Amino acid sequence: MTTREIDKKTIYSYLEQVQDPEVPALNVIDMGIVRDVFLHDDGSLEIIITPTYSGCPAMDVISMNIRILLSTIGFKKIKITQVLSPPWTTDWMSEEGKRKLRNYGIAPPNPKQQVCSEKLFAPNEAVQCPHCDSWHTHRVSEFGSTPCKSLYVCDDCKEPFDYFKCH
Amino acid sequence: MNIEHFVNTNLIDYTLYLADNALILGHRNSEWCGHGPVLEQDIAITNISLDLIGQARNIYQYAAKVINESSASPSYCAGDGEVTEDTLAYLRDVRQFKNCLLVEQPNGDWGKTILRQFLFSSYQFYLYGAMRSSKDETLAAIAEKSLKEVTYHLRWSSEWVIRLGDGTRESHERILNAITELWMYTGELFLPANYESRVVSAGMAGDVAQVKSRWEEKVKEIFVEATLPWPDEVFQQTGGKEGKHTEHLGYILAELQFMQRAYPGSEW
Repeated sequence: MTTREIDKKTIYSYLEQVQDPEVPALNVIDMGIVRDVFLHDDGSLEIIITPTYSGCPAMDVISMNIRILLSTIGFKKIKITQVLSPPWTTDWMSEEGKRKLRNYGIAPPNPKQQVCSEKLFAPNEAVQCPHCDSWHTHRVSEFGSTPCKSLYVCDDCKEPFDYFKCH
Repeated sequence: MNIEHFVNTNLIDYTLYLADNALILGHRNSEWCGHGPVLEQDIAITNISLDLIGQARNIYQYAAKVINESSASPSYCAGDGEVTEDTLAYLRDVRQFKNCLLVEQPNGDWGKTILRQFLFSSYQFYLYGAMRSSKDETLAAIAEKSLKEVTYHLRWSSEWVIRLGDGTRESHERILNAITELWMYTGELFLPANYESRVVSAGMAGDVAQVKSRWEEKVKEIFVEATLPWPDEVFQQTGGKEGKHTEHLGYILAELQFMQRAYPGSEW
């Protein structure tokens, strides 16, 4: 198989098989991590990815998994380029991705404009409990199990849950 | 010495200053892992570590690229192999580190760690804010990316300074002690090293005087809210930016670099 025979869309559909190791419910397309795909004239394939957070340890694993997948499919020359600009934002997460997150038990990110300011003691964002759909929830901590999440608890069903915070 | 070399040398020194700041504070904060006052705050401080170490990696990678492409290739590392983010972090000695003295200070109690984070995050916030319009595209991209994370750090540490300052008599006392121990290291942030002045005048980094006035405004705002007095003028310690450090950095590096020093090139 040569890269000429296939188009970008096919590559994107392949990449949907690469999961985020920290949030296995999502693939790299849902996350908005893959920024572009280039099929170069010399037959090589270049995948442009961007990290969610600077220190996200998942990025190395994601790069490796993309490489493994594509070489299994038959691509010989694969280049994975990491770019920092424009910086990743939760706005790039697909609606499908947000739905999958909810089903997985993680509250999906709210629209970005609600947060990301240095304003102090900002009122808690209204976050819907992914278990019982109640809006009566409160934040326990701004920092959670991974850099991209904060800890919430539901005041109705009393279940703690992760919220994929706006970024 | 040609112009390109001149620009590169200053850029390399400045990127190492930025990266060393992030790495050393990230390492200091990581010492709290498993020792935080409550679980949620233990997670918070280690998350901040992760962000800082991630920022350090991005900047070291850029520094390594500039060093490797530089015609002069000054001796930034031991060994003669290619310079990488890892050789910069693990194989340079104390005198080669350019971080400010503030970030290498011991954690002390929670109050001291919080104050150190607040003083540094507010500096980083305005520094990166200005660097977003750097003429150097990579520095601008790193600044824009990092700023989103630093915003969380600044908000979190500001709230804690207020909580402790305006809290109990003991918490107020402790944060006052922290001011006494750390204030002498804040002046250095705004005293540019030679390479820094050159990078700033080349339009690659933000104006130091402007960052200073915004930083002071922020610190005043938070101190007022925290019922803390503006500190008296004290003698300001300097030297970190030029590789002259307090005794603490050597101990940090002894731990941080142990594996690569004892087992060179080890991976896991």
